[in-house]
Amino acid sequence: MANTAVATEASSRPKYGSMSRDRTWALRWSYFFLVLFAIFFLMPPIYMLITSLKTSAEISAAKNPWWISNPTLQNYIDLLTQNQFLIFFRNSAIVSIFVVIVTMLISVIAAFALARMKFWGSATLATGVFLTYLIPETLLFIPLFKMFAWVNEVFGIQLMNHWWTMIILYPTLTVPFATWIMIGYFASIPKELDEAALIDGATWMQTLTKIFIPVALPGIIAATIFTFTVAWAQFLYPLAFTTSTSELVLPVGIITTLIKGDVFNWGQIMTGALLGAAPPLIIYAFLMDYYIAGLTAGATKG
Amino acid sequence: MAQVTLRKVVKKYDEVLAVRGIDLDISDKEFIVLVGPSGCGKSTTLRMIAGLEEISGGDIAIGGHVVNDVPPKDRDIAMVFQNYALYPHMNVYENMSFGLKLKKTPKDEIDRRVKQAAQILDITELLERKPKQLSGGQRQRVAMGRAIVRDPKVFLFDEPLSNLDAKLRVQMRTEIKKVHQKVRTTTVYVTHDQVEAMTLADRVVVMNGGLIEQVGSPNDLYHSPTTKFVAGFIGSPAMNFIACQLEQAAGALRVRLNDTLSFPVPAERTARYTAYVGKPNLMLGLRPEHITETKPHTESNQHDFDMVIDVVEPMGMETLVYFTVNGREICGRVNPNAGAEAARAMKLRADLSNMHLIDDGTGKVL
Repeated sequence: MANTAVATEASSRPKYGSMSRDRTWALRWSYFFLVLFAIFFLMPPIYMLITSLKTSAEISAAKNPWWISNPTLQNYIDLLTQNQFLIFFRNSAIVSIFVVIVTMLISVIAAFALARMKFWGSATLATGVFLTYLIPETLLFIPLFKMFAWVNEVFGIQLMNHWWTMIILYPTLTVPFATWIMIGYFASIPKELDEAALIDGATWMQTLTKIFIPVALPGIIAATIFTFTVAWAQFLYPLAFTTSTSELVLPVGIITTLIKGDVFNWGQIMTGALLGAAPPLIIYAFLMDYYIAGLTAGATKG
Repeated sequence: MAQVTLRKVVKKYDEVLAVRGIDLDISDKEFIVLVGPSGCGKSTTLRMIAGLEEISGGDIAIGGHVVNDVPPKDRDIAMVFQNYALYPHMNVYENMSFGLKLKKTPKDEIDRRVKQAAQILDITELLERKPKQLSGGQRQRVAMGRAIVRDPKVFLFDEPLSNLDAKLRVQMRTEIKKVHQKVRTTTVYVTHDQVEAMTLADRVVVMNGGLIEQVGSPNDLYHSPTTKFVAGFIGSPAMNFIACQLEQAAGALRVRLNDTLSFPVPAERTARYTAYVGKPNLMLGLRPEHITETKPHTESNQHDFDMVIDVVEPMGMETLVYFTVNGREICGRVNPNAGAEAARAMKLRADLSNMHLIDDGTGKVL
């Protein structure tokens, strides 16, 4: 009886295949899809890079778009020596940095209050914060126009056509989402941690600055990256609210100054877009390292 | 001096009463353990003493001062949590000194206290480590260290050993007792583990359904429980409860379990129990160690009976035998060499001098 059982088991074993063969196939499929997606997502930036290295004549000649016959850096030189491109860049940089600062100051404190200081209506407020994020910005710029007109009438402050207005505008988009991310992150911190701090004699503010912010740093960095990206790439609001060349931010500036009527200066547009994409890329690269370092700190023993 | 006094303390969550008015006096330097099943209100009581929960009614006083509205940081208490709650971004030294730093204690004083506490807990080599680099037992020590350096009036422990494996739990239990013997701070300790409660406490407070069932020394609770709940909760394996009736015959009392099984009540209890003769809802409570194998010599109040054993569980130093009386599973503890075997009859001996008579209607031990 026992013998036959062993025999059947042994003979049926090869049917299951081996673990290493399973793994090999899984890896093959993973690589196949990884390469597929990499090609899919890298195609546009590579196309931009190639086009930015061509002369206008070569672009309009419409030969093989993937080949550069006469590589040139002229587009880069033109753009970087042009005063207005540098102004766009400066405007974008200042706006993005301030939006990040304003957003993080508001959302970290708001998220801490909503996640931890249980007060009447805090749960409803937290949901409300998220709901504001769901309203599309395209619906908001008309009421914002009206509000700006009202501010001008009542206080005599002209908010239209100034790059710094964006510092007030963008947080309407970034604060709700960053707050939502931070609420989620703070909620994952064990309740006992703030209770321990409370017993140790920390005030709410000390608990936030000395315990929550250091512990939630990966979440804060994620929210910072998000905020910076939104602020840097925002197109609709600056398009609607700024018109003078000196007040434009980069995405709008490139489009409005490099497209003249129906003449598309493709080489410079691509160059501008590539240069514009550089800061978020650099920030991602730098903060990602920091982010991963933060996650793995102390994970290795010794 | 740091006695803790609870007077008619009530905690209400919306409409649910978690703690229903408890009175408790904890004396200075005493080690008190609150024990009970989950949801009995023991943790809520501890958190109210800590100031982490507002109290809905009554008074809590620490060292003679009512602290109902005093925030946790001004109550001069320290708390050790079940999941340790160490600050993950600080090393052990920073974790332990955090509270003192917030109090603006001088640096050299902080250093002295941290090193002293580290020495008591044997964690001096770990001071530079981050919590992630510590084992569960080490984290537990650090959490205790954080409490010790504050030199508080009261230590509060909220199930501190529940996250440790069984072996380490026993070891840390001894450790906690040693620390208390060294620092002698009034301690309130919450656990659901009755063994922990028995081994650590000067006095154990058994809670159930938001009320205190009984307060007493571990031996008091074990040998003279006042309620059926305490009788069943303290002790492992738990006390056997068998439905019974009390009969009077020729001046002596007998507990009758069924038609075939009855035992005489010890003579010294006759006066105490006479009033319950013929009353319904009575139960005989007998601990497993008072049901043993039969022995050659007889002592007073020990009575032999025959029983078919259902299940035998050898534990090494003893063997647990299970049999059925009135449809209830009864546990006895016999000598491993007594020859207990499942589905075989065995002569057992009940020691009635340790019996408890319980009114199942009121849950009181008579």
